[in-house]
Amino acid sequence: MALEDSLFSVSGLEVALPDMAAKPVFGRAPLIQILKGINLEITRGSVLGIVGGSGSGKSTLGRALLRLLEPTGGTIRFDGQDITHLNEDALRPIRRRMQMIFQDPMSSLNPRRRVGAIIADPLLMHEFDAIDARVDDALDHVGLPRGFKSRYPHELSGGQRQRVGIARAIALKPEFILADEIVSGLDVSSQAQVLNVLDNLVKELGLTLAFISHDLSVIRRLCDRVMVLNRGEIAEFANTDRLFAAPQSAYTRELMDAIPLPDPNQANW
Amino acid sequence: MSAFLTVDNLSASIRGNIRQRVLRSVSFSIDTGEVLGLVGESGAGKSMIGKAILGILPSAVEVVEGEIQLDGHNLMAMKQADRRRLIGATAALIPQDPLTALNPSRRIEPQITNRLVDILGWSKRDARLRALELLDEVHIDNPERVMGSYPHELSGGMRQRVLIASAFAANPKLVVADEPTTALDVTVQKQILRLIRELQTRHETAMVFVTHDLGVVSKVCQRLSVLYGGMVVESSDVPAFFGGPGHAYSRALLAATPKYTDPEASLLPVDEAVIAQVSGEVLAADEGWRHGA
Amino acid sequence: MLDGRGTLKRRAGARLWLSGIWLGVMALLALFAPLVSPHDPLTQDLFAGRLPPFWVEGADPAYLLGTDSLGRDVLSRIIHGARIAFSVALVAGIATALVGSLLGLLAGYMRGWVDVVISRLVDIWMAFPPVLFAILLIAVLGTGLTSIIIAIVVIDWTRFCRVVRAEAMNQSAMDYVSSAVVAGRPRMDILWREILPNVLPTIVALLTLEMGIAVIVEAILSFVNLSISSDAPTWGGMIAEGRTSIYQAWWVLAFPLGVLFLTVLSFSQFGEGLKDRFDPVLR
Repeated sequence: MALEDSLFSVSGLEVALPDMAAKPVFGRAPLIQILKGINLEITRGSVLGIVGGSGSGKSTLGRALLRLLEPTGGTIRFDGQDITHLNEDALRPIRRRMQMIFQDPMSSLNPRRRVGAIIADPLLMHEFDAIDARVDDALDHVGLPRGFKSRYPHELSGGQRQRVGIARAIALKPEFILADEIVSGLDVSSQAQVLNVLDNLVKELGLTLAFISHDLSVIRRLCDRVMVLNRGEIAEFANTDRLFAAPQSAYTRELMDAIPLPDPNQANW
Repeated sequence: MSAFLTVDNLSASIRGNIRQRVLRSVSFSIDTGEVLGLVGESGAGKSMIGKAILGILPSAVEVVEGEIQLDGHNLMAMKQADRRRLIGATAALIPQDPLTALNPSRRIEPQITNRLVDILGWSKRDARLRALELLDEVHIDNPERVMGSYPHELSGGMRQRVLIASAFAANPKLVVADEPTTALDVTVQKQILRLIRELQTRHETAMVFVTHDLGVVSKVCQRLSVLYGGMVVESSDVPAFFGGPGHAYSRALLAATPKYTDPEASLLPVDEAVIAQVSGEVLAADEGWRHGA
Repeated sequence: MLDGRGTLKRRAGARLWLSGIWLGVMALLALFAPLVSPHDPLTQDLFAGRLPPFWVEGADPAYLLGTDSLGRDVLSRIIHGARIAFSVALVAGIATALVGSLLGLLAGYMRGWVDVVISRLVDIWMAFPPVLFAILLIAVLGTGLTSIIIAIVVIDWTRFCRVVRAEAMNQSAMDYVSSAVVAGRPRMDILWREILPNVLPTIVALLTLEMGIAVIVEAILSFVNLSISSDAPTWGGMIAEGRTSIYQAWWVLAFPLGVLFLTVLSFSQFGEGLKDRFDPVLR
């Protein structure tokens, strides 16, 4: 059923995680169902927005796509190959083709390594040649000076760190990138810069991108299609323009209404 | 009759290095029943101002110049103990992180009533009745049950309601809200902002509302001050500001703020030239301050 | 960008310098003990017994810190005692750190059955009273420097294991570990290349603390005469001897005790100072 140009094809995806808060003194913690049967196609070259509140399962969905988690049900196909239950060794060649940018650039960049080493690392792992040139190229792409290679993450501003995170992800020339809440921790002025960088890269490199965010404004800025998640289920899945013009689900409308626009006369407030 | 809270020419520096100012001659005033927004990006010093008013600055920072007048009293001229007592009786804080602001090993009830009993000398019974009334006022359905709960048993939104109830417990005349909704989901944020506005209006509280989000400012504040590098860049009435800010930095900040309704005019990067201009103004202010001092 | 927060400096490490200088001096004395000590620590001179330190009346300036009841030079014995104390501190400290940290890292990172086995072992281990355990071990192994070192490692590895396990668990939850997985780094590689460098400051701080503890344990065992031959100059042995003649010759007890105290204190302060100083990450 996978379409010709579909990069990711997900059907009936379920993920359950142990609930440590409810763990009895003896025995295993009960499982809580985080994702309850998600169906999803991500076409090559598209930008998918995944939006929802906390506890909606949006980050879990992202991590399952990249197989940082193992699903408890359903299947995930990447470029036609079933990766649902592959082990880490079998996943390694595929890992080069899918990369991730993390929410908190401070915790996702190893604080004891320099920026150059952080970007070069995945390249070394996958035995690329001309590593120095590739690192320079990646820094150029995200608009950071090459001199930043010798800096440590804590010497950079939040926006710069996040651009290092992007540089590391694109250095491998992946086909797919998952961006998990990558601007929510940044000041608004850096947010705009990071989004611009990402937007240009998607166009330049023909990337397929899944962009997870709680912020509909950011989603609208970047995405072609939007999936609204609520408590592990799809509340609405539509093209961006249609979603914003005429939201179908009550949950989507609630999310939209709740966003405080910089306008003292906004309705429903 | 002067304003309820007046901050006049307030400067704070890194302790031991007076030249290293974190607040640069900040002035503003708030009347009873009025909400002032302090807006800025990280490092702008907005939280520092709230802390200076409440006398809870970190030990590495000290006030080096300026005055704070609270309800007719000059805080800077008072003895430490008197100042604490005055602030305890007239002011309250709504903190940013509802998780760390509540003591995880104590039930909710004493965390609301302690201040009433210990500092204001209420009887335990009165304090308990007041706490129940307050939890009801912040729209908590089952106040009795929540009073007996531990913080980890409540959701983030619920905890923030408890903190708001606790802030308004002693009928404060001034409330400092320090990014009170940053840690919350948008839908919960909306409820909490409405709640704060409702209580503030009903009790005619003067309020300092610290936030990085201009959207939030437009919902709860009547006036705002935009900060950069510890300096007030622009002060304005809210309707006038959102009609068109006066300062280039404010304009850039507003243009960078997300607006899903208008993708073309939101999330615009801040121009380097604007940053250079406002940084220049801060340096010039420092220059003048050194000559003056 | 203008931002005042970056300029908040940490206090200069006075304690790092003070403790470092003391430890450095002691280490040098220990290393060159035969060259720097004014007398042979074992030579007895019964005619020069219980000579007081140099500033007290009746002292012999050749014996700066006085002599014990057998006429042995206290200063020389302290210097030679430093040899034994520092060898134990170094060897036992490092061996304990290696064993404990390795098991702690594996438990905290691998989780699952590895964690269950190691954690249970630690729990059971810590239920033994340590001093009794040590005396029992020495009884089985026989007295001697090697036995002391083995006893310290066997007893104290749990200290490292617990702390390092917790820290490794913390670090494993950080996104830089996920990003190494995404990059395709093999599992064990992540432990060595990504997690270990971030746990290292904790290990170093614990290590210096452990060295201090090793010095104390050695002193205790010498005190109860379970260390090396009672003739040999150990701080604990000197304290035990000095105790018997405290009213006649307080200096035989006071000087080794003071040196022991300062050394142990310096080890712990040195570790804390190092951690403050060399943790580049502003958390």
